[in-house]
Order: sequence, then C-alpha cells, then structure tokens
Amino acid sequence: MNKLLTVSLSPHVHGKDSTSRLMTGVVIALLPAWAVSVYYFGWAALYLPVLSVVFCMFFEFVIQKYMLKRASSLKDGSAIVTGLLLAFTLPSSLPVWILAIGALVAIGVGKMSFGGLGTNPFNPALVGRVFLFISFPVQLTSWPVPKGFHTSLTDAVTGATPLGLLKEGMRSGEQVSTLLKNVPDHMQMFLGYMGGSMGEVAAAALLLGFLYLLWKKIITWHIPVTILTTVFLFSGLLWLINPANNADPVFHLLTGGVMLGSIFMATDYVTSPMTPKGMIIYATGIGLLTVIIRRWGAYPEGVQFAILIMNAFVPLINMYVKPKRFGEVKKNG
Amino acid sequence: MSNTVLYTVISLSGLGAIAAVILYFVAQKFKVTEDPRIDEVEDVLPHANCGGCGYPGCRQFAEACVKADSLEGLFCPVGGNEVMARVAEILGLEAVEEEPRVAVIRCQGSFENRPRTSHYEGATTCAVEHALYTGDTDCPWGCLGLGDCVEACNFEALYMDEKTGLPVVIDENCTACGACVEACPRDIIELRKRNKKDRKIFVSCINEDRGGVARKYCSVACIGCSKCFQVCPFDAITMGNNLAFIDSDACRLCRKCVPVCPTHSILEINFPAPRVKKELVTTAGADSSGKTAGTKDTATGKKSSSGDSTETQNKND
Amino acid sequence: MQKYQLKTFPKGGVHPAENKLSAGSPIKILPLPERVVIPVVQHLGAPAEPVVQKGDTVVAGQLLAQSKGFVSANIHASVSGKVFRIEERFDASGYKRLAFVIDRHDDTWDPAIDRSDTLHEHITASREEIIRKIQEAGIVGMGGATFPTHIKLNVPKGKKADILIINGVECEPFLTADHRLMLEKSKELMVGIRILMKALGVDRAVIGIEQNKPDAIDLLSSLAEKSSGITVQALKVKYPQGGEKQLIKAITGREVPSGALPVDVGAVVHNVGTTLAAYEAVQKNKPLVERIVTVTGKSLQEPSNFLVRIGTPVAEVIEAAGGLPEDTGKVVLGGPMMGKAVSKLDIPVTKGTSGILILPDSEAHRKPVQPCIRCAKCVSVCPMGLEPYLLMSLGQHQLWDKARRERALDCIECGSCSFICPADRPLLDYIRLDKMRIGALIRKEKKAVS
Repeated sequence: MNKLLTVSLSPHVHGKDSTSRLMTGVVIALLPAWAVSVYYFGWAALYLPVLSVVFCMFFEFVIQKYMLKRASSLKDGSAIVTGLLLAFTLPSSLPVWILAIGALVAIGVGKMSFGGLGTNPFNPALVGRVFLFISFPVQLTSWPVPKGFHTSLTDAVTGATPLGLLKEGMRSGEQVSTLLKNVPDHMQMFLGYMGGSMGEVAAAALLLGFLYLLWKKIITWHIPVTILTTVFLFSGLLWLINPANNADPVFHLLTGGVMLGSIFMATDYVTSPMTPKGMIIYATGIGLLTVIIRRWGAYPEGVQFAILIMNAFVPLINMYVKPKRFGEVKKNG
Repeated sequence: MSNTVLYTVISLSGLGAIAAVILYFVAQKFKVTEDPRIDEVEDVLPHANCGGCGYPGCRQFAEACVKADSLEGLFCPVGGNEVMARVAEILGLEAVEEEPRVAVIRCQGSFENRPRTSHYEGATTCAVEHALYTGDTDCPWGCLGLGDCVEACNFEALYMDEKTGLPVVIDENCTACGACVEACPRDIIELRKRNKKDRKIFVSCINEDRGGVARKYCSVACIGCSKCFQVCPFDAITMGNNLAFIDSDACRLCRKCVPVCPTHSILEINFPAPRVKKELVTTAGADSSGKTAGTKDTATGKKSSSGDSTETQNKND
Repeated sequence: MQKYQLKTFPKGGVHPAENKLSAGSPIKILPLPERVVIPVVQHLGAPAEPVVQKGDTVVAGQLLAQSKGFVSANIHASVSGKVFRIEERFDASGYKRLAFVIDRHDDTWDPAIDRSDTLHEHITASREEIIRKIQEAGIVGMGGATFPTHIKLNVPKGKKADILIINGVECEPFLTADHRLMLEKSKELMVGIRILMKALGVDRAVIGIEQNKPDAIDLLSSLAEKSSGITVQALKVKYPQGGEKQLIKAITGREVPSGALPVDVGAVVHNVGTTLAAYEAVQKNKPLVERIVTVTGKSLQEPSNFLVRIGTPVAEVIEAAGGLPEDTGKVVLGGPMMGKAVSKLDIPVTKGTSGILILPDSEAHRKPVQPCIRCAKCVSVCPMGLEPYLLMSLGQHQLWDKARRERALDCIECGSCSFICPADRPLLDYIRLDKMRIGALIRKEKKAVS
C-alpha cells in the first residue's frame, strides 16, 4: 500500500441520503399527480411541465455559469423540482412564453438572487407562480375544462375552478348551496375531475405521493397533516356557523391548491421550519391564512399567498422554537 | 373632494406633530451625554474595526483612549504612530511611539520540503485539523495550510500560495493587527519589527523537536545547532528548546547568520542578493534585480536553484 | 424478536448498517509483540508519572507510571523485558506523547498476579479495598471514553447511586469485542458486576444489550437469574444506544441534566470490558495490561477478535487478521461512528482501543460538501435535542457565545448529524470546534474570576 491514509474526524460512515436522492424522491412522488393531469388535460399537461423543467435548469445553469461564475449545482435536482412544481401550479392552457418568464422569475428571483439552494427564504416555484398570477391574470385564470387526450389546445373550453365559481357567485349575492350544485361532487373532485392547475386537481394522486414521501422518510407528517387539519377545522367551523355563506370543509380540502401546497410546497425543506413544533406553528398559520383569504380575500384561492407569508415567518420560528433539549427538564423517576 | 384632501392633510399633519412631540420628549429623557472627544478620536481612527488594538472596534478604542490618563498601552496598529499622534493631540496627551510591525510566517514546510504522510479530509479550518492530529505531515509544529490566518485577515494581507501550501504575507497591506496571530492554532505567525524597505531576517521554523527528529519530517526545520547563535555579532539570537530565535529588536540585519544555517531555515527577505553568492549561482543576478524591484509577481513566480528558493516562497514584496 | 420487552431512548438516533463481521469469531490470543510502546496517557486526565528508568528490566504487570493528580490512572508493563527508551512516540491522539518503549524478553509475570482461568466467585474485599485495587490496576472506561474507573466508583458525598448499569450495548457498527466478551467471559462478568455493585453500594444492576445480540442476552439472562439484583434489559438497535446518557434514559427513564453527571440521577454506567477488568483486578490482582480488540473491515481477510497486550503496534494486530488489504484507504481506531482515524500504523493499542476498523479507499473519503438545504434531518436525529445545522453555522461564523447558549457543550459527538446529512456537511467537525472554543472561553472566564 503506497497510498496515504485518509484522516478525518468521526463519523467515518455516511447514510444513504443525498440532496439529489431526496429531490428524486420528490419527483417520483409528483408522478401520480402528473399522470392524472395528463389524463384530464391532455398533451399540454405532458409537455408544459417538461418545458418548465428545461427552462428552470437552463436559467439556473446560465445564471450560475455566466452571472455568479461558480460551479453548477444542476446535479442536486432542485431545479427539476422547482420546474415541476411551477408547472403544476399553472393552467395547462398557458402560453409557453409566459411559462418561460415564470421559470426565470422562479429561478432568478426566487432562488439565485438569494444565493441559490438553501438560502432562499421563499419557495421559488411559488415566487414564479405569484409573479405570473399578478402579471398575467387573464392567462393564469383561464382553466381548461378537464376532458382528456382528445382535447387539443385549440378547442379547449375554459371554465372556472370550483373556488372561482364560489367566489364569483358569492360576490353576486348567491347562496353557497345553489352555487355548489354547479361544481363537481366530492368524489369527482377527489379524483381530479375539475378545472384547475395542472398538478393540483387530483387529491387522490397527491395523497399517494404524500404516502410515498412519508415511506421514504423524505418529509415528516407534521406540515401536510397540520395544514389539512387546520383548513378542515377552520372551514368546518365557519360552515357550522353559517352554512349558507360557507362551503363545507371537505370542499375546501379538495379544491384549489391545498393538497399540492400542503404536501409539496409548504414542505419545501429550505423554506420550512427545522423543528416539529415549529412546523406545526408554521402549518397552522398556512391553514388559517388559506381559509381567511378564500373566505374574505379578493382572490378565490389563498394557499400560494398563505405559504409565502408563512415562509417569511420561518426564520423567526427557527429562532424561537427550539427542540426539546435532552436533560433540560429534570425528570427523576 | 376638496374636503377629503383637507381631512387627509389635517390628520396626517396632526399625526406628524404628535409623533414629533413624543420623539422630542423621549430624546430628552434618554439623552446620553457623551464626551464629544470620543467622536473626534473615532474620526481619526482607521475605521477598520479589526480588533488589533485589543478592543472590539474603533469606537470602543476611542472610548478607552478618552478615558485613559495616558496613552500607555493604547495603540492602533493599523493607523500606526501617525494616527496615535493625532489622537494624542486631540486628547492633549503624549503619544507612545511604537515600532511598526509586520507579520511573518515562521514555517517553510512546503509540499517540497515536508513530505505528506497522510491525507486530511473534513472541515477546512486549521483549528479542527490541529485538534485532530499533526496534520497531513508528521510535523506537529508546522503550518497546516488550511488558511485560518487568511480567513482572519481583514486587510487582504495574506494569501495561500498554492504551490507551497503556505500562507504568504503581503507586506504593504499588513497592518500588524494580530488577527492572524490569534487565528493560527500553532502560533506560527509572529509580528516582527518592520525594518527599512521591509527587510527582515528570521528563523522560519518553530519546531522544538530535537534536530534529528525534526529533520525526519521537514528538510528545512531548525535543528537547534546554534551555528547562527555563535556567528551573531549583536547577541540578537537566543537558543532554547532546540530552536533558534532572532529578536527583531536586537537584530541589525547583518545577515551573517543566514549562510551558516545548515538547513536554510533562516530567511532573509527583501535584501539585494549577497555579493558572495553571485558567483555561486548564476541565476542570483536575476534574482537580485527581482528583489530590489520588489514586485510580488516576480518574487513568487520564480524558483531559483539555490537555498534562495525557500526565501522566494515567502517573500512577496 | 418479540421475545424481549425492548427499551430505547426516545429522541433522535440513526440506524447505520451494522456490519458485525466478526461477531462469530471467538477471541484469539494475539502472539506477543517483540516491542511494545506504552504511552503514559491512555486515559482521560493527567499523564501518569514514570517510575521506571530507561534500561530497567520490567516484568509483565509491573507499574511503569504512577497516576498523578485526581483524574489519572496507573500504567503497567504489558510484557516482560527491558525499557529500551522513554521517549515521545506517535499514538492514537495523532500527536507524539511520552511513552515507554519496551523490548520483550519472555513472558514473565509479576508473581502476585493470578493468571489461571479459575473462577473466583467469592468476593472477600471490602468496598474500600475494591476501589483501591481498581485504582491500582489502572482501570479506565474501556468503551472508548477512558475515564478512570475508580473515580466513577467513588460516589461524591451527598449523592447516592441506586442503580448500576452495565453497558453491553455496543451500538457502534462493526465492533464485536464486547459481544464476544459477554459470550466467553460471562461468568467472570457476573462476578465483576457484583464487585462493582458492592463498591457502589447499590443492590440493583441492569445489563443493557441491544437485541442484535440475542445469544448474549439469553446467556446473561440465564446467569442473572442466579444472582439477586442483576437483570438483563434488551434494547432496540438504535445508535447511539450505548451513549451513557441515552442508556440511562432508555433503562431508567431518567434524564441526566445538562452539565450534570449520571450519578446525579442515581445511576452509574460501566462498560462490560471495564467490568471484566474490575473482576481481574480485584479477584486476581491483575492490572489492566491487555484488552479485547476487534479487527474488522469489509476487505480484511479474517475479521476477528483478539486479546491484545496494551502497547502492541496496530500493524501487528492487522497482520494477524490477514494483513492490511491492498485497497485500504482509512484505518480507524474504535468504531466508524466515533472512532479516530489514524495516519500511521506503528502506533500502539491502548486501553481505549476497542477496535481497529479498516475502510477501503472507496469508503474512506467524504463526499463534496453541498449547501445546507435545511432539511432538518440533523435536528431530528440529534439524541441531545440540539440543532447541528445551527451550531455548524455559528462555528463557521465564530459566534462562540451564541453556540454556547445553543448548548453546544451538550453535544456527545455521536456523529448522527454528520451521518444523516444529505448535503454531506461536516456538522460534527464544526460542533467540535465550537466546543473547543467555548472550552477556551470558559477557562478564560475562570481565570478572570480567580
């Protein structure tokens, strides 16, 4: 043996986890939702996410190589996740150039301007999505009606999301109960048969992804379960108080981006708290804000804003919510 | 319409007035009377906030100066005597002159001189490697080469030479603040008197092991042979712990000790090449021009074949 | 598996691959080395002071260096021969330290030492005698911490121990020395436990063993039935189950407060190796001059367990296990989670060397460090409830005061955080730096006060 021995501090073994493995896990967990989306919205739902990923990777590469002049981090797979999530929050009828702008904002503003992976305070995909939502409201709120593969882009009929219908209707003073007759029933919504963003429609598929993430220990249950519970309880409370003006809690759970947001967006490692206790505080905030925006806000859907607002509180939560230290409480049993 | 504007203007002005009154009283209540000379002193300080004076920042140093009855023990190494003279002027005190100093690296354990015996991996900080073991060479005294000193330097006066794996001091940037001395876990860096033209002679080794042991892991280690000690006409060299040390205050830069060192561990920097050596080494002539011109690039870029090679590695000015 | 009622510590922990390659290999006696190097510091604490000179002839078991100061331990000759030199030699610390270099002649032992295999079950020594004998024998914690054992047996005034915990967990992957010891020296071990119980004045002892060693659990349980007060507790396989504080928590449910000692909650923990050494010291007058060492590694020819004399060069132990494999990249003294990588192989086996682990080059290197993705895995695996990511970043920014407030000193250096980190960040390296700097701060403060 003529090579030198390597010396380093312990530990000398390392677990299987790596950033790219975790990111791959997230991508796999997104696949069922993607499949459902393709089934309902057709080819556009197949190629838009792919394009979104390509755009995100391209912008990340260009920014790192030519602006920041540092080694590329494409291999970690975070740009793929950002690209997929961005596409999943957009309608399938979106023009490609708007998608490209979204990817640029997500990667450039949401991620790289803060220093890249690990240092961005806000979920990059949501930053991109909200930017598009505010800049191109028309394109961002024309939702193709789910049909399937026989839909081509040209004859796509656009309609409103269930949440949009509700908001519009309530503005014009209609009763919730009559409005709800026009939306798909719960089972249809659970399976994704409704208007909406590409990735958010199928609650069943998203829950499948959630189970996969839990099984692979990529995320813990705290954030998604807390958000869903909070949304359910808070909207349920409102519904009990006044069923005429409020939709039922199951409706709130199944519509809009609550599922996608709570399972894949709010759990984004970088922008969520570090301790279980902190996660629960953060997730409760998201749940409450979501229902508040949906009920009283100007927009039909509030998950995206709720997550971004709570993202801003994460550093604060991390500073004040500490894990239970070993030996802190004297327990002499 | 005009009413709306009127109300807005009135209410906002009212708010502003109330805030102003509150602010006034708060400012009165919490007023801190400070010696105005603190600001004056702070103004003449270099604002480097390097901590070289022993205080966390320039402000604290200024406070200490104003409080003190004499400037004994208070010295800003960055500003030097000039700044201290101005501080003294403001405070009406006597400035205590101090010799300007400069950091030197007392290790020549380059890749060439000191064979690697293992391979370190982990946190790239000398402090951690030092705590773990001797480092990737067997020398328990020498430079670990991970650049804690470079990291600590606020004045861009240090850089790591990739060829040798050792830090290099850029003399004109060095303010002798001592941050690198503090940062080095092995106490390799010393602040020495800054001589004319930044000339310096020092033993570039702090290895206290016996000669034979030291030579085993480093070809340019000081072996404590005392030859320099015997040849020094000014008693500037002391021997102890198998190591020679040249007192920079007593040294008159005669350079007698340099050629007698059998391991070339005494460095002379920023001198014109000695005349005797000119005949020995053909490249020495070229070297000397480089040295007198004193540009960093020529100094670090060349490699001569004689014992001079070691000094060129550390010199840069 | 469901045979035992399993206990474990509640928070954190990881599951590294067990790799107990040498579990089935009985303890073999290593051929005596020609030359041993016995450092004067093999324990936590002050160096022992040499009592023999260069050129002296010594016999095995003879005192070489006398403990000096409160926390220190005696050092004995492990072979008989001539003291060739007393000089600074490289050892597992990574630096040179004063050591006796002894050239072996033969294998003569101090006549007072009983080297027979006869089991002396009857304990005649009084409590004080036991502690004195253990102190004289230079016994230290053999799990790796090497804290002098007699100090742990001297319960400070005003405190009372009520339970003795015997650490047979061996949660470190690869290592099997304690496992083999429990199987092959079980009867001696039981006497050792009774000796320690007597010394501590406790009437309850629990042997904690992870459930991946069912043979040891069964054997010791059957022996424990015969002695009153001793029970065996099976534990879930989870690293760092063998950490002192984790083990106490798992077995008794008590939490050692931050900065306090186990005895503050009435528990004293001793490793099985230490317990056996205590038996030999008290019943057979034998000082600590040999120990069981696991030599292991995936590419090693025969991973085995050896009874090794203290001071034997590591290289000779590896040789006996089939020699250093071609692809060796790293040699670790101890286990892979907490062991110490060494730069050379002529260093000696010391009292704290529980294993020699040889990692192939392919597993010897750390992966490139990536940015922290704040996945919180380090927080969730930390058994002490710390935030390693935060402590590392505080370390990098040299904010020692803040790191101290975040309880960096509570870190037990188990390495779970670095093990789990998906971004391969050197978390523990920087936490150690934190601890060192905080230690320096505390010393400075103490100086300022006095």
